[in-house]
Parts: sequence; C-alpha cells; structure tokens
Amino acid sequence: MTVPASPAKVRGETILGVDELVKHFPITQGVLFKRQIDAVRAVDGVSFELRRGETLGVVGESGCGKSTLARLLMRLETPTSGRATLEGRDLFAASGGELRRLRRNMQMVMQDPYTSLNPRMTVGDIVGEPFAIHPDAAPKGSRRQRVRELLDVVGLNPEHVNRYPHQFSGGQRQRIGIARALALRPDVIVCDEPVSALDVSIQAQVINLLEQLQDEFGLSYIFIAHDLSVVRHICDRVAVMYLGRIVEIGTEEEIYQRATHPYTQALLSAVPVPDPEARDRRTVIRLTGDVPSPADPPSGCRFRTRCWKAEEVCAVQDPQTVPRAADPHPSACHFAEVRTDV
Amino acid sequence: MSDFETVAATEDQSARRGVSGEPGTPDRAGEPNRPRSLAGDAWRDLRRNPVFWLSLLLVVLVAAMAVAPGLFTANDPRDCVLSRQHAGPSGGAILGYDFQGCDTFARAVYGARASLLVGALSALITGVIALVVGMLAGYFGGWVDAVLSRVIDIVLGIPLLLAAIVLLKRVSTSGETVRLFAVILVLALLGWTTAARVVRSSVITAREQDYVAAARMLGAGNGRIMWRHILPNALAPAIVVLTIALGSFIAAEATLSFLGIGLKAPTISWGIDIDAGRVHMRESATPLIVPSTFLALTVLAFIMLGDAIRDAFDPKLR
Amino acid sequence: MPTPVSPTPPDGHLLEVRDLHVEFRTGEGVARVINGVSYHLDAGETLAVLGESGSGKSVTAQAIMGILDTPPAHVRSGEIRYQGRDLLTLGEEERRRIRGAEIAMIFQDALSALNPVFPVGWQIGESLRQRAGLSRADARRRTVELMDLVRIPAAAKRLGDYPHQFSGGMRQRVMIAMALALDPKVLIADEPTTALDVTVQAQIMDLLADLRRDLGMALILITHDLGVVAGVADRIAVMYAGRIIEHADVRALYRAPAHPYTKGLLESIPRLDVRGQALSTIRGLPPNLMRIPPGCPFHPRCPYARQVCVDEVPHDLVLGDGRTSACHFAQEVHDDRAR
Repeated sequence: MTVPASPAKVRGETILGVDELVKHFPITQGVLFKRQIDAVRAVDGVSFELRRGETLGVVGESGCGKSTLARLLMRLETPTSGRATLEGRDLFAASGGELRRLRRNMQMVMQDPYTSLNPRMTVGDIVGEPFAIHPDAAPKGSRRQRVRELLDVVGLNPEHVNRYPHQFSGGQRQRIGIARALALRPDVIVCDEPVSALDVSIQAQVINLLEQLQDEFGLSYIFIAHDLSVVRHICDRVAVMYLGRIVEIGTEEEIYQRATHPYTQALLSAVPVPDPEARDRRTVIRLTGDVPSPADPPSGCRFRTRCWKAEEVCAVQDPQTVPRAADPHPSACHFAEVRTDV
Repeated sequence: MSDFETVAATEDQSARRGVSGEPGTPDRAGEPNRPRSLAGDAWRDLRRNPVFWLSLLLVVLVAAMAVAPGLFTANDPRDCVLSRQHAGPSGGAILGYDFQGCDTFARAVYGARASLLVGALSALITGVIALVVGMLAGYFGGWVDAVLSRVIDIVLGIPLLLAAIVLLKRVSTSGETVRLFAVILVLALLGWTTAARVVRSSVITAREQDYVAAARMLGAGNGRIMWRHILPNALAPAIVVLTIALGSFIAAEATLSFLGIGLKAPTISWGIDIDAGRVHMRESATPLIVPSTFLALTVLAFIMLGDAIRDAFDPKLR
Repeated sequence: MPTPVSPTPPDGHLLEVRDLHVEFRTGEGVARVINGVSYHLDAGETLAVLGESGSGKSVTAQAIMGILDTPPAHVRSGEIRYQGRDLLTLGEEERRRIRGAEIAMIFQDALSALNPVFPVGWQIGESLRQRAGLSRADARRRTVELMDLVRIPAAAKRLGDYPHQFSGGMRQRVMIAMALALDPKVLIADEPTTALDVTVQAQIMDLLADLRRDLGMALILITHDLGVVAGVADRIAVMYAGRIIEHADVRALYRAPAHPYTKGLLESIPRLDVRGQALSTIRGLPPNLMRIPPGCPFHPRCPYARQVCVDEVPHDLVLGDGRTSACHFAQEVHDDRAR
C-alpha cells in the first residue's frame, strides 16, 4: 500500500481549517446569451477551525448557507473564493487522484435517508461502494466481511446485506448512510441535519450512535442542524450562521449561556422548551419580519433589519466576528452583550 | 404520503448494539417480508389491470406468429393461384383468398414477422441512441446539453414521410433484406427523439438525487455514477416509451409499405397487403380488412401495454 | 383549567370524537390506523394531539374534516359529534356546509396548499364570494381585514401577490387567513410550524394562540413536537398506533407522564435548557399497522412490560388528578417520575 504515513493524531489539533470561504451563485438572465445580473451570496466569508475529536455545530435558519457550506467542504460545489485545509493539505486545490485520497478523510451523512441511498442497490452494495471506488482501502476478498462489520458497528443486522433500502425504516436507513460514511475510516464527518427527517423517538437513537462512534473512532464532526437543542446536546463548539456569515462562534457554554449576538439570543429564546413551567420563566425575544434575501443582503450588519438594538453605525459598518468586551468569544455585533434572561 | 406508510417498513433491531445496548425488538428476518419497491408496487398494480393482461396476450400472440407462423396456418402465403382470385373460405384458408389467389389469413399471419422485426429492431436502435444521447445531455448539461437538445429539436422537425421517401428512394431497387434494414434504420434514425427526451429528463432527475452526491463524495467517477447510479433509475421510463414507440414503428412501416416506399413484394407485410387490398376493395373487402385488423390490434396492443406499464410506474396516478 | 374528565357542558361538547375506528384497505392488507380514539373539545380551548408518523393523529383530523380518501380509508365505527350532530351520518352536501364554515383546517405545507396561479387575495376571498355570498367589493374589504388579522404587513398592497412571492411564514399566515374566512368555531392545525424556522415558528404559534383567544375558537393542534405543545396547549392527547394512550392537562403531563411511551419521548429529546443530559431512547420502531402487537401495542418497546401487557389490551385508567393513561401500570409510571 502506498498510503502516506499519517501524521500523529493529536486530539485538539486543528484538523480542518476554513478561511474566508465564499460561494456566490450567479443569477443569470437570457437564454442564449446569459449575462449575470446578480448573485446569491449563499456563503459570504466564513472562517473557522475544526479540532481533532471535537464536534462543531453549525446552526442557522434556512437560507443561512449552512448546507452550501457542507457542499463546499465536500467539494460538491466549487467555491468562489477562500481556502480550506484538511490535515494541512489544500482542500480546494486537489483534483483527480489527490482529491480522491482527500475524500477518504472526510465524509458526509446526509439529511434525507430516503433519497441518499440508491433504491436499486442492495445495502451490501451501498456500504461496499466506498471499497469499490477505493480498492486499496480493503482487499477484495475481505470486502464482504468489512461491510458486515460496518453494519454491525452502526447497529444493523449484518445478515441484511442483501436487502434493499426500502425494506428499512427511516432510522435504519440513516444508519446505512452512516455505515457508508464510516467505511473509509475518515477523520472528519460532516453531518448535514442527520436527524431532522426522523421521528422523535428515533432521533435519540441516531444521536447516541453518532456520539458512540465518535468515541470509538476518534472522529471529528461538523454537525449542521437547525435544532438548537440537538446541537447543544452533541456539540463542543457552536457556530451561528446568518445570511452566509458566522455571526457568533464559541464553546457550547459560551453560545448557550453567554451569547452576545442578538441573533443568537433571539434564536435561543425562540426554541420551544418541552416544559410548560420552564417556559413561564423564560423571556422570548420575538423577531419581526423575515430573513432578507441573500441576493440582496442589508448594508453593514446583515441582521440590523430585524435587530432591536440597531443604530446608525450598524447600517454603515460591517461588524467583524471578533472577540468582544462583553465576553471573549467572537461575535459579530457592535453592541455585543450577555443577556441573562433568555 | 399518508401517515401510515412510513411504518410499513420491516423491523430489526437485533444487532449487537441497537443503541446504548438496547436489546431491541425481535428480529423478523425469518418472516416473509414484502418488498415495497417501485417495481413491486407496479407489478401489484399491473396484475390487477385487465388492460395489461389483454394487451400482453395480444403481444404474445403476435410474437408467436412472427416466430412460428406454421402454428397458426398450414397454408403457404406464397402459394398463389390466380384461379382462386377472391374465392371464399376453403381448404384451411379460413378467410378466403385475395386478388392474387393467395390465402388472406396465411398472409396476415406471415406478415407479423416483418412488422414485428421492423418494430422491435427500430425500437432497439432507438433505445440505444436515446440512452446515449439522453444520458450525455442530461448528465453533463451545459453546452453538451445545448448541442444535443438542438439536434433533438432538428430531428423532431423533420417530417417522417418526406424524409423516408427521400432516403428509401436510394434502395428502391435493392433486395428484400437490404430494404428491410433500410426501413428499420430510417424509422430508428427519425424516431429516437421522444425517447431521448424522456431519458434526458429522467437522468436530470436522477443526477440531482442525494445518492449521486453521496457517490461523488466517495470519489466515484462520471462513468461509475452514470452506469451504477443513474442508468438503472432512468431505464424504466425509457422502456415504457420504447414499448409505445414499438407500436408506432409497426404502424409507420405499414404506412411506408402502403405508399410503396417501404417493403415490397416478395416480402410479406401488412402494409403491402393493405395497399393491394385497397385497390380491389370493391370486389372483396376481406383482403383489406384482415391485415388492417391485424395491424390495428398489434399497434393498439403495444400502445396499451406501454400505457399500462407507465401508469403502474407512476406513483402519482396510484 | 379544563381537564380530560371535565363535566360535559349542559348542551354537550362543541366537538366530540367517540370511539373512532378507521382502517386503510390496501392491496397488501388492512392497516388499522385508528383504533378507538375518543376526545372532545370545547369553545376557546386548545387540545394538542401529539404523535409520531403513523400514530393516526392526522387521520383523525381528516376524519373530522371529512376529507379522508375513501377508499382506501374506511370508517369502521365511531361517532364524530359536532354541536350534538354526528358528522359521520350526514350527507356530503351537509358536510360541505360544515367544512370550512364551522370546522377549518390548516396544513404543514402552505406552498402546496395554495394555488400558484391565483393571487392570494383572490384565494382568501374565494370562499367569501362563493359561500358567504359577499359582493366582490365586500369580499375584498373582508380579505384585507383577514390579512391584517393574521398580521401580514401592508395587506392591502399584497392582495395581488402570488404565493411564491411570500416567505414560508407569510404563506402560512395566508393559509390561516383562508381558514378563518368563514369564522369557523373549530380550527384544526396539522403540524402548522413543522416546515418553518424557529424564529418564524414562534411567530406563528403566537398568532394561533392570540387568534384562539380573540376569536374564541377551539383549536386542535396536531404535532410531533413536544416543545411546541408545551407552549400553547391546555390539554394534550398522546397517540400511539392509532390509540390515545395518554390524555392529560399539559402541565400535569410534563411534570409526571403516566404512560411509558410519553415518558420515553420526554426523556429522549435533548433539551435546550438542560446541559449534559444523557439521552435515553425508546428501543425499536413503531409497529406496522397491519400487524399491531396483541395486548398493549407498546409492549415490545416498553421497559415496564410484563405478561399482562401481552395478554390484555389496557383500558384507559383514570388517575387521581383527572387524567387517563392506557397503561396497566399507569400509577407506577406516574409515581416513578414524581418521586
């Protein structure tokens, strides 16, 4: 085998670094002679680091760019600009064989277990496909056995290799998707809303499985979700996105206890808590209006059109995501302050 | 989607670690499970559809005639004696004789071979062209799609009869086999567009599926994605369109032969016989009615069969 | 605070479902989707019907509305009494008069529930013109009122806009406005906020709560989200495999669930306000409705299950504080949490 000796895997070192990542989708007009009239700024300058062994949550409402971010990292989309390094190697410069090798280090679990598995392939073929694409990952004779082991690892019956996806329930199908992502022994797994399509009683099973696999294989997760309760449960650090930007990023405690960005505070306060009594104690910040179009984001601070704190400076000066006086974690608000009532 | 469908999945939680060591519900692997696939559902639908069975019966009957006409009639369709001109039924010729004194029924039975050969081979060639063009256009998109789609538009704009007359003129003096294949080629070259469009749109649908993205993220190349992930999911609609096209190719062959630019005697074909029967319709209508009926039923059978399969495969109609 | 066993008002409940049984007859067999559901609703109260997919929560609502597809659905037995009249015995003509005017419904997917080729103003006004017999000018005036009522900004200017020009939250408001057009006494909201973002979700739930209070409507909120229920409902009916397995006042239920399924659900969802909690899970899967387990349908997944649970279908046990639980060990489950 010609796999390069992997650097010593130190927990806590930066495994994935993303720097000023931008993705603009052009809006074109005309059929024959297309001209670009505008662009949807889906991801507009996102930077963060993922450390080995940790789970970084990415939260935000629909249209904030979190799914585009995932697709960029997985090289399903080409970035407009920006850099990303995976274990020191340039993620966006790689192509051909080098890209294929890089892909072995980073895999994704997709949201919808009903569309992410080819209905015409057996479970064995689906979970074994990574080995068919990367023949050096498992010698031919051992593949069948490896597939069975993977099914066992994710809590499925290894006897079911010859079944088709439709013979499984949603939660089981999500486990098949997880087994496929695990096959190449990646270091990083991007989980794009992995439980949001599942029933409540099944969600906990899959969350627990993901946590268990992380411990067992030393995985690092990027966990994209809109459900802030789930994110709090599973994540070590959390990035909050709004209109293509990270507006606040910090440890689980910094975001959930000492959030300084008004959007984070509003988001947290809006989460319905399954306890009628706790609800009476919480203040709920009601945001007015809708998220502006990412094709035409507001000047200055993007959140200012819905923010109760907005002043003139917010329309003029774009706040940077930097540590603030109120709390030393990065927050993109001119008036960052901790609230205790939410 | 109704609420209850989601739970109709099979159950199993038997593995070593269901979740945090839960023992889970009993394994039901031993139980006969009912696969709920599109094809399975379609088959269940088809089984109860009388139109499907009727059209299938007709198709099988015509196919049997094409393969073994001797099973249906003992008479030789080329055994023509002018003295029997327009004679009534006799001696195995259950539908009487035509203008040339040939057995009308025997000729209709033997005519199935040419018709089916033309239909099946045209459909096959059409299918290959349509799959290649539709796959390339749908998968790669961009300028490949733009060019191929314009080609489809242009071919679609060519009037079939006009082009057939021009092209088949060149082989008007050639032998039986050459003419047969010339007709097949002309029909296929002018008739692949509809199927190509269907393939293209189902490829585009399949290309956008998450499982294709998943394969790409694993590092799968274009060839593998097209072959393993897109083709199997785009094939079903193509087959349906081709079944229907098969019927219309048979009709087109008859039309061309009727007009004298398709097959010619000594080939036996419904189109040729319809033409001959038309000339002497006043003396006896049977030599016209018999091949016409065979033709109409065969075309109808294929179109009904294709329709039934399409409806069965379309979950929206269920 | 109304409780599940609140005395029947002198003129009966506004809406009452009694022992409803619905099955779906398909080529593969008979799926028993609703197996003896009973609940009631009085003016001005909010009943939450909670359940996962396949629990029958939506089918019950569709039966009340009379919009079940029959076949494959078939109402085997039961009554749905609205103001004392059994809806199931009424003719289609009479049911249509009740649908929309007396009982209205909103759905999860507002985009597909609205017709893309007509302006929203026209769609909201349609029933006003067709059924209330208002003139075009009156219908228009009332439409603007309705859009104001559901807090669509600049309502008069947006009458001519098409559904795709509205955001998800605004479309849901349009649908609520349509449902309110004929002043229904009962509003059924089927997963009204599931497709929406959290901040918009909160807006819509507030709106529904305010409308119920201001218009004195009765609201049935169908959802799978325990968080949403906690905020707005008075009572909650938890469904599993086509049965109501627990029915209680919201606060009492969250404080101490009396059915192992409810308890399992509450313990399996991560909570925003609780840190580092271990997620317990409900093992296994919901049952196949064509093969519902004998006895208590939850027994294969239940940590409390004993032999009696396999042998006997549990009846609704009435607990001390006026709530019911269809569990042989309801008191034990209840005390487990309260302890």
